[in-house]
Amino acid sequence: MIALNREIIEIAKELDVVFFRQRLKEHAVKIGMSVLNQTKLITASSELVRNMLKYAGGGQICIEVINEKMQIGIKVTFEDKGPGIPDIHKAMQDGFSTGKSLGLGLPGAKRLVNEFDIKSEIGKGTIVTIVRWKNGL
Amino acid sequence: MDRIPILKMGNFLLVTIQVDMYDRLALNLENDLVTMIRRVEAKGVLIDISAVSIVDSFMGRILGNIASMSKILDAETVVVGMQPAVAITLVELGLPLTGVHTALDVEKGMILLKNKLNLIEEDDDEDKDPDDSTE
Ligand SMILES: Nc1ncnc2c1ncn2[C@@H]1O[C@H](COP(=O)(O)OP(=O)(O)OP(=O)(O)O)[C@@H](O)[C@H]1O
Ligand SMILES: [Mg+2]
Repeated sequence: MIALNREIIEIAKELDVVFFRQRLKEHAVKIGMSVLNQTKLITASSELVRNMLKYAGGGQICIEVINEKMQIGIKVTFEDKGPGIPDIHKAMQDGFSTGKSLGLGLPGAKRLVNEFDIKSEIGKGTIVTIVRWKNGL
Repeated sequence: MDRIPILKMGNFLLVTIQVDMYDRLALNLENDLVTMIRRVEAKGVLIDISAVSIVDSFMGRILGNIASMSKILDAETVVVGMQPAVAITLVELGLPLTGVHTALDVEKGMILLKNKLNLIEEDDDEDKDPDDSTE
């Protein structure tokens, strides 16, 4: 995998989210990603960055343009130093929420991207990585 | 700066969202709309989201809330101009916005709202002349 372009964005407040989504869109447009794939990528990211703010008080996001197996795409890594997720399997289920919400964010985000990976350690934090290919279904 | 303007047109309120939505802004819109519906006794709310490229679960939920709260206050809400990519993404995310009336554009949304209001009036007033409905 070759990273062609990379940008780090710190998230501490809600307005950082607006800036992040704009930057993500610019990267997606630059590689010629279709509008539908852009929409899915940014919507999934919006869910993950909200979780980061709500449950971990913020964190760091890395946007990368990647090239793998003749495919070009965007990889986004959300890293926080929050409380971590005790049961990832549960958290990934539709409807599971400790925040009195819909519990759609994680499972919904996973449905909207081509690759989804989540790692979490209690007391250390959470890392979610997603990839959306330029031309993937 | 944290507010989206609400326009009053007769019995209707019109909101055109032209900026990137974030949670605070969406919550303020929900509150402002509910207050305004009560204050002016609006019968219909039209929300134009044709310039909105991202509707995530939070924004989607707010649209649903606005629709159900306006109903309680005796007003109908129609969301118009949702981009096809946004509609597809919402379904895949798991929030298909059932219960929210939608129309393709502002004009069609207005017709939908007016028809709904006429229907309600006709229900209230059965002996009304059927020829004066707008169809
Ligand atoms: N970055 C994180 N740090 C700690 N806990 C998290 C994090 N992200 C998610 N969680 C936990 O996983 C649960 C499920 O997250 P998910 O985004 O699916 O739903 P939600 O945020 O509760 O509701 P929704 O996203 O629909 O508003 C959360 O309720 C929370 O307990
Ligand atoms: Mg969430």
